[in-house]
Amino acid sequence: MQRNIFAFLSGALFGAGLLVSGMVDTTKVQGWLDVFGDWDPTLAFVLGGAILPMAVAWRIAARRRTALLGDTMPAPPTTQIGPNLVIGSVLFGMGWGLAGLCPGPAMASLSFGGWGGMLFLAAMMAGMYVAPPIRQQIDRRTAQA
Amino acid sequence: MIEMAWVWGLVGGLMIGSAAALFLLVNGRIMGASGILGGLVDGSGRATGAERLAFIAGLVLLPALLAAIMGGAETNITSNPIVIIAAGLLVGIGTRLANGCTSGHGVCGISRLSFRGIVATVFYLLAGGMMMVLFRHVFGVI
Repeated sequence: MQRNIFAFLSGALFGAGLLVSGMVDTTKVQGWLDVFGDWDPTLAFVLGGAILPMAVAWRIAARRRTALLGDTMPAPPTTQIGPNLVIGSVLFGMGWGLAGLCPGPAMASLSFGGWGGMLFLAAMMAGMYVAPPIRQQIDRRTAQA
Repeated sequence: MIEMAWVWGLVGGLMIGSAAALFLLVNGRIMGASGILGGLVDGSGRATGAERLAFIAGLVLLPALLAAIMGGAETNITSNPIVIIAAGLLVGIGTRLANGCTSGHGVCGISRLSFRGIVATVFYLLAGGMMMVLFRHVFGVI
């Protein structure tokens, strides 16, 4: 029960941050990506502001064996760069640029994003549903090569 | 009301990072929006389904409440359904292949200097920038 309460609080704070920072506004996101147009630097402040407390949290996590509710901390990051990471990030970036929405803001704007937001969310979930076999296919071809 | 967008960006960013810090230090989880939702969609995260649903409930409900208090919020999303569907599919497939998006690879990855997180962020920023060049400045669709 406690984990669900804290998951709810984390999600709520995340959503409030996305709203306050303007990241639910697709014009701000596209403005940031549009370096040759009317460039909007807001996203750099958002990312910088978000990295600060999280960098402190990782430092604290490194000194602890478990999280406060007893779960083991996430494993250290691996350094392996596979085709899935590169292909996936390129596809994600293409979609992010096209619509100006990434997964967090797509969910956070559900109540006020209108039919366009709901259509985006539905298409995104459909993409997530078909992704695992594509991922396996890429893994298989990489193993053969 | 402060008019400087970067101040709101910084304040909102600190809130996003604090949310990720809370999720890590209390629940022991990495706050990745695509992973939390994706695990529910493809069934791989069924064992932690309640925690995922609780996170998403907070993520949807507080912005709904704040937007209502503020008298509405605007996403300014395109009205072209083909662009919306194509973009949604690309984001859904891409984030699950890459195993992360702006929150997982960007916020949580860069803050611990994860090489994968940094590489992913470079690629999605470059791809996003190229789409703006192509579809805004060359084709003029977005």
